[in-house]
Amino acid sequence: MSQGNSQSSNVKTTGHVWDGDLQELNNPLPAWWLWAFYVTIIFSVVYWVAYPAWPLGKGFTTGIATITYKNDKGVEKTTHWSTRALLMKDLQDAREKQKPYFDKVAATPYEEIAKNPELSNFVASAGKVLFSDNCAACHQSGGQGKMAFAPNLTDDDWIYGGTHDKIQASITNGRHGIMPAKGGADLNESEIESLANYVLSLSGETMDAAKVKAGDELFHGKGSCVACHGADAKGNKDIGSANLTDKIWLWADVPGAGSADKKVAAVKEVISSGLNKGVMPAQNGRLSADQIKLLTVYVHDVLGGGR
Amino acid sequence: MKNLQAGENSEELFQKRIPIYPRSVKGTFRTFKTSVLVLAYAVYFLLPWLPWARHDAPAQAVLFDMVGRRFFIFDLVFYPQDLISLSLLMFIAAALLFFTTGLVGRAFCGYFCFQTLWTDAFIFIEKWVQGERPARIRLHKQPWNAEKVAKYGATHGLWLLLAFITAYSFIMYFGYAPELTQRFFTVDLPFVAYFTVLILTVTTYVAAALAREQVCIYMCPYARFQGVMYEPETLAPYYDLQRGEGTAGRAVPRAGSKTREERHAKGIGDCIDCGFCVQVCPAGIDIRKGLQYQCISCGLCVDACNNIMDSVGYPKGLIRYDSEINIESKNPGKPHLDWLRLRTLGYGVAILVMVGLLVYNITSRSEIELSIQPVRQPLFVVLSNGDIRNRYQIHITNKSQDVQEYRISVHGIPEGAVDLGEMSKVSVRQGKSLMVLANVKLPPAMVSKVSEIEFVITPLKNPDQAVIKKVRFYAKHEG
Ligand code: SF4
Ligand code: SF4
Repeated sequence: MSQGNSQSSNVKTTGHVWDGDLQELNNPLPAWWLWAFYVTIIFSVVYWVAYPAWPLGKGFTTGIATITYKNDKGVEKTTHWSTRALLMKDLQDAREKQKPYFDKVAATPYEEIAKNPELSNFVASAGKVLFSDNCAACHQSGGQGKMAFAPNLTDDDWIYGGTHDKIQASITNGRHGIMPAKGGADLNESEIESLANYVLSLSGETMDAAKVKAGDELFHGKGSCVACHGADAKGNKDIGSANLTDKIWLWADVPGAGSADKKVAAVKEVISSGLNKGVMPAQNGRLSADQIKLLTVYVHDVLGGGR
Repeated sequence: MKNLQAGENSEELFQKRIPIYPRSVKGTFRTFKTSVLVLAYAVYFLLPWLPWARHDAPAQAVLFDMVGRRFFIFDLVFYPQDLISLSLLMFIAAALLFFTTGLVGRAFCGYFCFQTLWTDAFIFIEKWVQGERPARIRLHKQPWNAEKVAKYGATHGLWLLLAFITAYSFIMYFGYAPELTQRFFTVDLPFVAYFTVLILTVTTYVAAALAREQVCIYMCPYARFQGVMYEPETLAPYYDLQRGEGTAGRAVPRAGSKTREERHAKGIGDCIDCGFCVQVCPAGIDIRKGLQYQCISCGLCVDACNNIMDSVGYPKGLIRYDSEINIESKNPGKPHLDWLRLRTLGYGVAILVMVGLLVYNITSRSEIELSIQPVRQPLFVVLSNGDIRNRYQIHITNKSQDVQEYRISVHGIPEGAVDLGEMSKVSVRQGKSLMVLANVKLPPAMVSKVSEIEFVITPLKNPDQAVIKKVRFYAKHEG
């Protein structure tokens, strides 16, 4: 750095000399720098008096600033300042801001909510957040569901019923779908093949007429499918048996199957192995009644499934 | 602070400010500058108090309603969606600035800039309390005593008061002024209001009382680049070097060099070296050294020298607004504005075009802001009977001044295909937005024919203002 010799630059030096000509410059600090330095010192003193600062063994100096907040159970707490308490306070403020709306949703009958634009808009935005946090893991962020895993909530087919009350019941208590396995002891391979052809024909697919006829008989007879799915195969919402006559599939990926053979194979798999996986956990206890009601309206009105 | 005065030749990183005590002066430019100051202050301080009848908002002519996210400027209401008007306005302001700079130099700096205006006002206060320049210098040099404390105290007190009124007036634009005032003094406003006032008071005080010309010289970014906007034809305050210095330089009138004839005979110029032009300069520069970047083109030195020339009976205009070309020519003609240059004409045309666009933009504004977004997750839904359903979020913003009822309808597809829930007719309050969900379902046979549908939003009060928006109807995944 100090290449310039002192004769020509005339800058003051500290007076130290090494190796004959190596000197240390002594430039003054700019005033603004100095003052900024003093101000930071004052600031740091004020800061550590007010806020948590020094570590002390296992603890630390907590400072004199405090934060008072109510947690989600309504218990008031006062602690020394910390970012966590700050977050709790922010959450409390947010809850308080939302509360009038939640209260209003809770107090308004389902049909009235749909007629109230302001409330509907609140449900659309608050519901989206609740849905993303609690439901989207299985039903996906748009409620479109996932084949062979979670039903689509935006179509018009409801395994357990799509009225407000039914949806609320599903969310509150959860669901568990079971279909007994028909393979092995009950039906043989070709019988299952016929049944699959019949079931596919119910949804408007063109299938092998002979197999369909045989499947029809098995469905209403030996297969005892009617016990759950009903004689008309339209299912029973009370026990959650699927409507086999519509074009919506959940457990057998018929829309995704490329060929007729693959469709049959997909349906056969469900008939022969049965199901014990349509499990939706109960949200009761995880979510408050108000939140469940809001989610019900969201699923019914906003995702469009109910309408 | 001793460090600052370290060795005369030391390369200091910081130059201590040399205090400037501008002398007051009378003259054309001073009068103009004062009129601009009075007008600007009148507008700034009184505008928020100007009443303006409105049905739904406070009766205030200019109001920036941050909570309601709209700006009222007389009969115009601006919403965040009107960003384009704001950009046009900024463009016009910038082009206007370049245009005037090209024409008459830093006229904005000298007469209209907030920094100049407030500094000028602060200097008025200073002079009023402490007296004219010599008195102020004397006061500065004299040791601290009762007089100095009283005068300095009064000056700073008044400065702070003006700074406070400035800051306070600023927040009056953001709410209904009479109500804000009452709440302000009963300590009923949110913290941010007081914080804003505090910050603005402090910054005004620091900028106009302490930093002054240093803001222009060291902080102002505009000052950095206006040099490139000067052309040889640009008018700016110039000292007529040929006339002022003659061949033998300037000189104080002494016996033998008093009359103009005597001086000219000796080759002495017209400048009597009175230093008046330097004393009046708020930037603390000597214009006789030529055009300098610190000069804000305020013209006070022109007034000062003209007064001197008058008193000694020489012709005026030794310091004058002139162009570089003219002042340096052998026989300078009368200074004149030179419009016919590519740059000024270019800026002029740009300004006219943009003003036209802005006027069009404002007059043709629709009172409905409409956006319709298809729900993309999922893009479409297959229903149990094979129908395809698309969903749309319709956002309607009512930009009119009162409550409006809108009917939402769809063109080109059967009535029953659209489901708007309970909201085929909605009312939206002024300045508010509303989201309506629309479900459109089409049978597979129709899907192949319809790739687009048209939503029509009709305000029931004036149906001719209906807005039509086309949206895509999706039936298969793309790509
Ligand atoms: S030199 Fe003249 S015009 Fe420039 S700032 Fe000083 S007084 Fe104003
Ligand atoms: S005011 Fe005019 S005469 Fe006096 S010093 Fe300045 S230029 Fe010369």
